[in-house]
Amino acid sequence: MLLQVDGLGVSLSGKPIVRDLGFQLDAGELLVVLGPNGAGKSTLLKGLAGEHKMGAGQVTFAGRPLKNWSNKKLAQQRAVMPQRVEVNFPLTVEEIVRLGRPAEPLSKSAGILEELMTLLDITHLRHRLAPGLSGGEQQRVQLARVLAQIWDTQEPVLLLLDECTSALDPAHQQQVFSLLRQLAKRRGFAVLAVAHDLNLAARFADRLLLLHQGQCHIAGQPSDVLTESVLAEVYGLSARILELEEGYPLVIPRDDEPVSAYAGPSFSTVAPVNPSCRQAS
Amino acid sequence: MVTDASGRLARGPALLMIMAAALAVSLVSVTSGAYPLSTGDILGVLVGSLEDEVATMVLMDVRLPRLVLGFLVGAVLAVSGALLQGLFRNPLADPGLIGVSAGASLAAIAVIVLGGTWLGGWVDLAGAWALPIAAFIGGSGTVFLAWRIARRAGQTSVATLLLAGIAINAIAGAGTGLLTFYSSDEELRSLTFWTMGSLGHAAWDDVAMAAPWLLLALCAAPFLARPLDAFLLGEQVVGHLGYNTDWTKRAAILIAGLGVGAAVAVSGLIGFVGLVVPHLVRHTLGAGHRVVIPASALAGGTLLVGADCLARVVVAPAELPIGLMMALIGGPFFLLLLMRTRVV
Repeated sequence: MLLQVDGLGVSLSGKPIVRDLGFQLDAGELLVVLGPNGAGKSTLLKGLAGEHKMGAGQVTFAGRPLKNWSNKKLAQQRAVMPQRVEVNFPLTVEEIVRLGRPAEPLSKSAGILEELMTLLDITHLRHRLAPGLSGGEQQRVQLARVLAQIWDTQEPVLLLLDECTSALDPAHQQQVFSLLRQLAKRRGFAVLAVAHDLNLAARFADRLLLLHQGQCHIAGQPSDVLTESVLAEVYGLSARILELEEGYPLVIPRDDEPVSAYAGPSFSTVAPVNPSCRQAS
Repeated sequence: MVTDASGRLARGPALLMIMAAALAVSLVSVTSGAYPLSTGDILGVLVGSLEDEVATMVLMDVRLPRLVLGFLVGAVLAVSGALLQGLFRNPLADPGLIGVSAGASLAAIAVIVLGGTWLGGWVDLAGAWALPIAAFIGGSGTVFLAWRIARRAGQTSVATLLLAGIAINAIAGAGTGLLTFYSSDEELRSLTFWTMGSLGHAAWDDVAMAAPWLLLALCAAPFLARPLDAFLLGEQVVGHLGYNTDWTKRAAILIAGLGVGAAVAVSGLIGFVGLVVPHLVRHTLGAGHRVVIPASALAGGTLLVGADCLARVVVAPAELPIGLMMALIGGPFFLLLLMRTRVV
């Protein structure tokens, strides 16, 4: 198991945001973390990225507690894409992607930069200044930068991506997620991606982890997680689920009133954790 | 002019151009003044073939220390500006912002005004060095104070640092105002000159006192280039890329604090270099700190020496304060730049 999370708790200024969370992520697996706004998705990711202190629990990466890793070593095996990266300074696209690489001569990074810029369809922007790019273009540039960091790593790699396609057009969303899937399958990357698009998640993820009020509500195959009752309970969303013959579910939100059953359970009355959350992957 | 696809100057030729400009202003700086020296005189004195005592004295004891000090001070102010702008991710950050200049001037003005009374003991003890040392302690002390305030639970908050700097600036400003209010006419005069900045009294003593700190700051700054590049993408990214975020912040603040403290101590308050030079360098050569830091050092030194030449020439045989000169050149130039380029 590449990433093993047990009983994880993360608090922000005293308020518990992620509570008693446990899950596993294996090399070669694409796990998409879903959940309503404020469910604790980004906090979980920032906890794993080392930005927030983890309170309770234990996180093990490649067999070693995460806190025992050195910054430098982690940077070679774990890359993080934050939800928002704002560039105020006149850096070109190529320069930003290169920031992902360690100190090395340009001749060494040139091939990697070329490959990544092609994969993310930003080669034509390479000499443009980042502050002048559109939101979606900036997101692709950041993703290229994140991938550049671990592109030639021989050891197991963990990718943490927070809404990495939120600003992309549908074609680029598909392109990016199929790239992530390929990286998982062909190169054995463990990918943890936070996302909002249920259908994108259903289409590409190996497993889904649905967070609700800082806890795992349900985890498992897309068709097990994305059910009408779960969506109603967690999102208060009324939706029809189609099981496509391609083998993954399609969520079609209904137009009618929000589900009345959704009163937002308070922390004290939260249902016992779904057994799926405890299962090994 | 050679530009690449992103509209920047090619780095090699641009650096050569700055170096050529540095040499040119240096030559102007040592030749021009109340006692004119020709290039031949300079060479003659330097190789020892010219036996002219006045020329030797003017060059060795007046012009050269002034040139060296001016160049170092300009370089350090520009590099400190570059470090702080990178750290705060804000092209408008300036060494004045975190309270260095305000702290240094409060201490210096306290020595000027209270030197005969409350601080008499300090002046007796330190002699001619009382003012520069006090300014240095005042400058680096305020940075340290702002930094301590911004530090909580082992983390340095950049936003708090900025706010603390603003508050410290206001407090130091009030102290300076109070001292100005109680100063005599004569004190007021030297105090005003000090706040407008001057290289006029530069001697080898000043160079000897300030140079170690200035050189230390200049030599240490390039080591922060890579983590500062990461800072441009946001504080969290610095950690993701494997750099020590807090160490970088501490080092940048310390370098800027010591450097600017030492610069202010020997030359008074000189604004605009720290703001304009890194800005200019970024827009012509790119924002990567491996270029911005050395190019800012060169361009900052050149600009300050150039401004100093002008300050000596325009109202010769008198001299304009160099801080005033910098504001006169820098202000309109910066406005022109703002109108011509899209500001990011």
